[in-house]
Amino acid sequence: MNIYVLVKRTFDTEEKIVISGGKIQEDGAEFIINPYDEYAIEEAIQVRDAKGGKVTVVTIGGEDAEKQLRTALAMGADEAVLINTEDDLDELDQTTAAYILAEYLKDKEADLILAGNVAIDGGTGQIGPRVADLLNINYVTTITDLEINGTDVKIVRDIEGDSEVIETKLPLLVTAQQGLNEPRYPSLPGIMKAKKKPLAELELDDLDIDEDDIELKIETVEVYLPKQKNAGRILAGDVKDQVKELIQLLHSEAKVI
Amino acid sequence: MSKKVLVLGEVREGVIRNVSYESIAAAKQIADGGEIVGLLLGDSVSSLAPNLIAYGADRVVTVEHPHLKSYTSDGYSQAILAVYEKEKPEAIVIGHTSLGKDLSPKISSRLKSGLVSDVTEIEGSGDSALFIRPIYSGKAFEKVKVKEGIVFITIRPNNIAPLEKDASRSGSVESPAVEITNLRTIIKEVIRKTTEGVDLSEAKVVVAGGRGVKSEEGFEPLKELANLLGGAVGASRGACDADYCDYSLQIGQTGKVVTPDLYIAAGISGAIQHLAGMSNSKVIVAINKDPEANIFKVADYGIVGDLFEVIPLMIEEIKALKVGS
Ligand SMILES: Cc1cc2nc3c(=O)[nH]c(=O)nc-3n(C[C@H](O)[C@H](O)[C@H](O)COP(=O)(O)OP(=O)(O)OC[C@H]3O[C@@H](n4cnc5c(N)ncnc54)[C@H](O)[C@@H]3O)c2cc1C
Repeated sequence: MNIYVLVKRTFDTEEKIVISGGKIQEDGAEFIINPYDEYAIEEAIQVRDAKGGKVTVVTIGGEDAEKQLRTALAMGADEAVLINTEDDLDELDQTTAAYILAEYLKDKEADLILAGNVAIDGGTGQIGPRVADLLNINYVTTITDLEINGTDVKIVRDIEGDSEVIETKLPLLVTAQQGLNEPRYPSLPGIMKAKKKPLAELELDDLDIDEDDIELKIETVEVYLPKQKNAGRILAGDVKDQVKELIQLLHSEAKVI
Repeated sequence: MSKKVLVLGEVREGVIRNVSYESIAAAKQIADGGEIVGLLLGDSVSSLAPNLIAYGADRVVTVEHPHLKSYTSDGYSQAILAVYEKEKPEAIVIGHTSLGKDLSPKISSRLKSGLVSDVTEIEGSGDSALFIRPIYSGKAFEKVKVKEGIVFITIRPNNIAPLEKDASRSGSVESPAVEITNLRTIIKEVIRKTTEGVDLSEAKVVVAGGRGVKSEEGFEPLKELANLLGGAVGASRGACDADYCDYSLQIGQTGKVVTPDLYIAAGISGAIQHLAGMSNSKVIVAINKDPEANIFKVADYGIVGDLFEVIPLMIEEIKALKVGS
């Protein structure tokens, strides 16, 4: 099986967001593999181990993203590809990111492509379905179970808490939801091996993409932090009285019950 | 300039979801006087058309086909693209639901348009509309504009108020025939796990439990409180990891992001990843044994105490309040 995983480098979930000069500050922040992409990588490794084949992880980003690719290789992926747009593009939106990934994937004859269902930074969840549509293959989002038999695929997907059981066929793109698996931590031997695994770096030129083909449809005009909340009220007194007061407050002051 | 806007009415178990009425309100703002066309897809949905009109649609197009009984991206996109070709709207609004998230990127890809996902607020109207959406799961917001092409947005449930219902409004309902073929996905069954009725992302009240709830049974009083308030139960990852409840209840940076009117956090410490999913709720109540717990920093009202004592008392008080009113 020829398996590809789309991954993204994102802020560590522990990070607070700091904005200065109208931009989110990255200096000093810790970065991780987008948590949903970890499920995708883990699933890809498990499918390969069961069916044979090769797992290639692909990301768009700058040099810094090599670290996350090495982590994916250390988990067990076979090869990694960094599509480095640092010199060519200042900004990407979902349309352009999906276009670049699809241009890379279009002649790879992938049987299965996996991605996270959403990246915890931008949070659009558009990339998976867009790439599938550009490649003209089917997709299933937010999956929690994957079973492959020949080209038959049985999937359980999460739909707002309910589960949908789906049958479809390869080639296919799926996006991972929490609950799909338990992503492994890279082992020490895995980390050693990862250093020797192939990590290719491509630029837009290598994909025959002209910068002029890349046109942003959406522009961010401002980023800002949520309004700071005023300090709340810690109620005091006997628990019974506290609860009485709370319910009164929710009823008369906050008017939410 | 005014715009013609197409709004998808999402039908679940025979009723139009609230977020679709909220979508009409969003559409009105984008339309700036232009026409709002409601769209209903399914195997038998025409009878629901008057609801879209009562909430502000000027007219409704329905596409009924056996292949649209259950949602598939192939079926729905064929229907929507056919209607798009006929109507040529300048904007599209869909709810940012499970269905909307799955469907909208495909439609946008076909239309070669941009797509602004998960909008919580719209500033301005018509051509100068700006769209506000959370990023980093609510740790920050971005304001975006559509540079070119049609305006296509999905809106997050519970954030944009629907218009007042007006049953006296009237409008035409059209049902064009659309060919729908080649579905690549077959839905074998849907297993309902959320039997309690109220959907977490649309709930006005969320009662969430954390590791402090200590067991699956520990969630029972929380469920009772949620039912009493017509709300839904949520959880921290701590509680999900400990198997007290299903991951589908998880709220936070890697779970659901919710913005109910009232969020009650019981036995939840308030880790940054959890706060990302709930701190934009309108009113937050925290119940925790530890006065230093981080959750108190975002709470409007806090009770330092044992949740197993506090929640049953709350249930009692609310019942008393309901009898009294
Ligand atoms: C990549 C990543 C993603 C994550 N995503 C999420 C996410 O989406 N959502 C999320 O919630 N977490 C997430 N987490 C986990 C997060 O960091 C915390 O570990 C988790 O939120 C803790 O859950 P908790 O508050 O229930 O448990 P704890 O932190 O253990 O807190 C339990 C609280 O219960 C209180 N308590 C105990 N007994 C009682 C009692 N009888 N009455 C009242 N109070 C009591 C305690 O004082 C304590 O404050 C993520 C972590 C990582 C690394």
